[in-house]
Amino acid sequence: MTEVTTPTYRGVPNEMLLDIQGLSKSFGKVQANRDITIQVRRGEIVALLGENGAGKSTLVNQIFGLIKPDTGTVTIKGDSTPIKDPRDAIARGIGMVHQHFQLVPVMTVAENMILGHESTRGGGILDLESARKMVRRLSEKHGLAVDPDVEIEDLPVGTQQRVEILKALSRDVDLLILDEPTAVLTPQETDELLGVMKDLANAGTSIVFITHKLREVLAVADRTYVLRHGAVVGQSDDLTNTTTTDLAEMMVGRSVELRVDKTPAQPAGVVLAVDDLHVKDDRNLMAVNGFSLTVRAGEIVGVAGVEGNGQRELVEALAGMRKVVSGSMMLEDLDLTKANPYETHHAGVGHVPEDREKHGLVGAYSIADNLVLNEFDQEPYAKNGVRQFDAVRANAEALRTEYDIRSASIAQSAGSLSGGNKQKVVVAREMSFKPKLLMAAQPTRGVDVGSIEFIHKQIVAARDGGAAVLLVSAELDEVLSLSDRLAVIHGGKIVAELDPKTADRTEIGRLMAGDH
Amino acid sequence: MSWITKNKTTVGAFVGVMIAAYLFYFISGVKATSMFAYAWAYAIPLVLAAMVGVIGERSGVVNIGIEGQMLVSAFGAFFAAAYSGSLLVGILVGMGCGLILGGFLAWTSVKWRMDQIIAGVVLNIVATGITSFYYKPGQQLPGLMPTWDVPILSKIPLLGPVFFSGVGVFATAAILATLAIHFALFYTRWGLRTRSVGEYPSAADTAGINVERLRLINVTLAGILAGMAGAYLSMDGSSSFERGMTAGRGFLALAIMIMGAWRPLRAGAAALLFGFISAIGNQLQADKIITVAPQLVGTLPYIMTLVVLAVAAGKVRAPGAVGQPFVKGDK
Repeated sequence: MTEVTTPTYRGVPNEMLLDIQGLSKSFGKVQANRDITIQVRRGEIVALLGENGAGKSTLVNQIFGLIKPDTGTVTIKGDSTPIKDPRDAIARGIGMVHQHFQLVPVMTVAENMILGHESTRGGGILDLESARKMVRRLSEKHGLAVDPDVEIEDLPVGTQQRVEILKALSRDVDLLILDEPTAVLTPQETDELLGVMKDLANAGTSIVFITHKLREVLAVADRTYVLRHGAVVGQSDDLTNTTTTDLAEMMVGRSVELRVDKTPAQPAGVVLAVDDLHVKDDRNLMAVNGFSLTVRAGEIVGVAGVEGNGQRELVEALAGMRKVVSGSMMLEDLDLTKANPYETHHAGVGHVPEDREKHGLVGAYSIADNLVLNEFDQEPYAKNGVRQFDAVRANAEALRTEYDIRSASIAQSAGSLSGGNKQKVVVAREMSFKPKLLMAAQPTRGVDVGSIEFIHKQIVAARDGGAAVLLVSAELDEVLSLSDRLAVIHGGKIVAELDPKTADRTEIGRLMAGDH
Repeated sequence: MSWITKNKTTVGAFVGVMIAAYLFYFISGVKATSMFAYAWAYAIPLVLAAMVGVIGERSGVVNIGIEGQMLVSAFGAFFAAAYSGSLLVGILVGMGCGLILGGFLAWTSVKWRMDQIIAGVVLNIVATGITSFYYKPGQQLPGLMPTWDVPILSKIPLLGPVFFSGVGVFATAAILATLAIHFALFYTRWGLRTRSVGEYPSAADTAGINVERLRLINVTLAGILAGMAGAYLSMDGSSSFERGMTAGRGFLALAIMIMGAWRPLRAGAAALLFGFISAIGNQLQADKIITVAPQLVGTLPYIMTLVVLAVAAGKVRAPGAVGQPFVKGDK
């Protein structure tokens, strides 16, 4: 390991801001962090990389005082007294932007900003005027525009994140922790955020950020630590000569293919034809608004877009889970416009849902039962209304091997699996019945690099087996590398169809943001 | 004046109701006054109980045990007053009963993370059992609750006799509690924190707020208001205790809370509306305009509850974290 080149801040060797020594934390039998040693100096941007369940969030939650370490010390600016709770962490100069925004949706920006350290006019009466002034001042200082009087739920996610960052900055932070900050952002918003991070670091704030996106690490971080199974397994103190492949290998512990290997598509007849589809969302607003698309057998059509542009409603409608207001969906010559999920499945549609916990699996059921969730009443899994457990088990054993589902046994509950393995269960079930159409919504969300690689290969294999594949994903990299054809969705309809081989990232980003 | 432009509907509704009420008053002064007085008397315990629901749910705790809290408090207040010979002791014991049961509900549902509905049901069943078992007939209050007239205000036509003359402890408490809770909920630090804890507790937690403690305190202290609501029934409303005398008012209060969109002032107005519906039923019967069984007329507020809940479903939104115990570190 190379000697750490001490970064300087205004010409002075930097103060050690955060020094974690020998930190370990267990939850029951699971060791989430073991003997972690990490140091961050003033003005540094340090990335924490690792697969799901590697212990990154556990680590930062301990820095922020949300959970307490079993052993080890966390020293902040030379002070190694244990951090009692978030309030203590905030008082000692630590700010955190959580993966799930910690903002109260029905309150205004100003109210959220002061929550926990309210400015009052005495007698506990809120002084919202000074809160508004503070928001305006901070927003100007950091170049992050927000309106103090808007309620959080009316803001797009990118702006909500600005509020989160401003909230953290409002408390004089020396160390800002960002837990997967770019997961929900457009490419433009991501670039903007990375710029803000650099500005903050130049002004002397240290940043620790968690991400899955290797490109971002190389773009903005000074150094990186790689975690696997709760321990630091790698460290890079100079990222200038590091490639994304190097980082991926460190994360997984073996060489990983980041690019998807696939032959050119051999598209055949049209399998899915969607025409002028209109679907409403839960708030009764038209989310899918005149969507038309065809997908042919043997091709992968990617739908790229910022979340909340009708993708969820589109997929749910196609899967029969949501009512169609108008328009039509045809699977070959079968009209699925009014079909329910059962009919849709039996017509030959495989569906890897966006929210696997809610729509993909029954967590309390065994892996074996989850693998026949949509076929359990059919032969050979049931005869004359009686379930045939031998067939269910045989199916599960076969799929477990084929899809590399890592579990103690097929009787284990699906809920106890890691994110990547849960997703493999869903993918196995939805692909093993050889669907005519495979719909995959955010198929690799929250899934580790190793499983992503596997799932991507399976999707390509389904295509090569003659299935039509509709891929909906907010991950631009994923859509670009998997798709044979790329459609950009905005405001519930397709705004452009592109060839992913020649498409330009910034161009797609602009289209996704509605600039066309 | 920006307040008026921001709350056009509320102000409009208020002005409309006042005009209608005074039109009615000029057509038939006696009838209007007696009907509104009845409505307000009917509404007093509902207002107090609805505030218990508002505070609980705004903090993220469903309280369906209000019924039981009221029943035990009605019982405790009546017999404490009867045996001690002091009305004040009665009121204090009633408030104490509500407080203790509030603490029970808070502890089971917040600390032990018991299912809040079940905790409330347990409370209601225990309340019915205890008050029926220890009930002794033939007891009497040492006297009538004192009342007074508010100078000047009691001279206003219609509003004066209804709200400002013959005012008692409980009516005063209901009005003050509604105003104070409304102000506190929306304009103070306590209110901001309470709402955050009921809407999105993990945000409050990461902002350094002790979610469990705030919920415990709020639900427990709100019990005092449930105690007053109960004490009103046995000491002011009827001057006697009867088995099961709350007759579902604790649940009516929850419907009122929903109709009031979890806002104290609106809930207060909703309680008055319920009272007025009941008054209309009585009046129609007294005037022999409808001649059905009085029991049927008595069901009007309950039918109204059904209507309210059906209409409100999907229109008003409950605090986001209602009914969910908070586990630290759960994001």
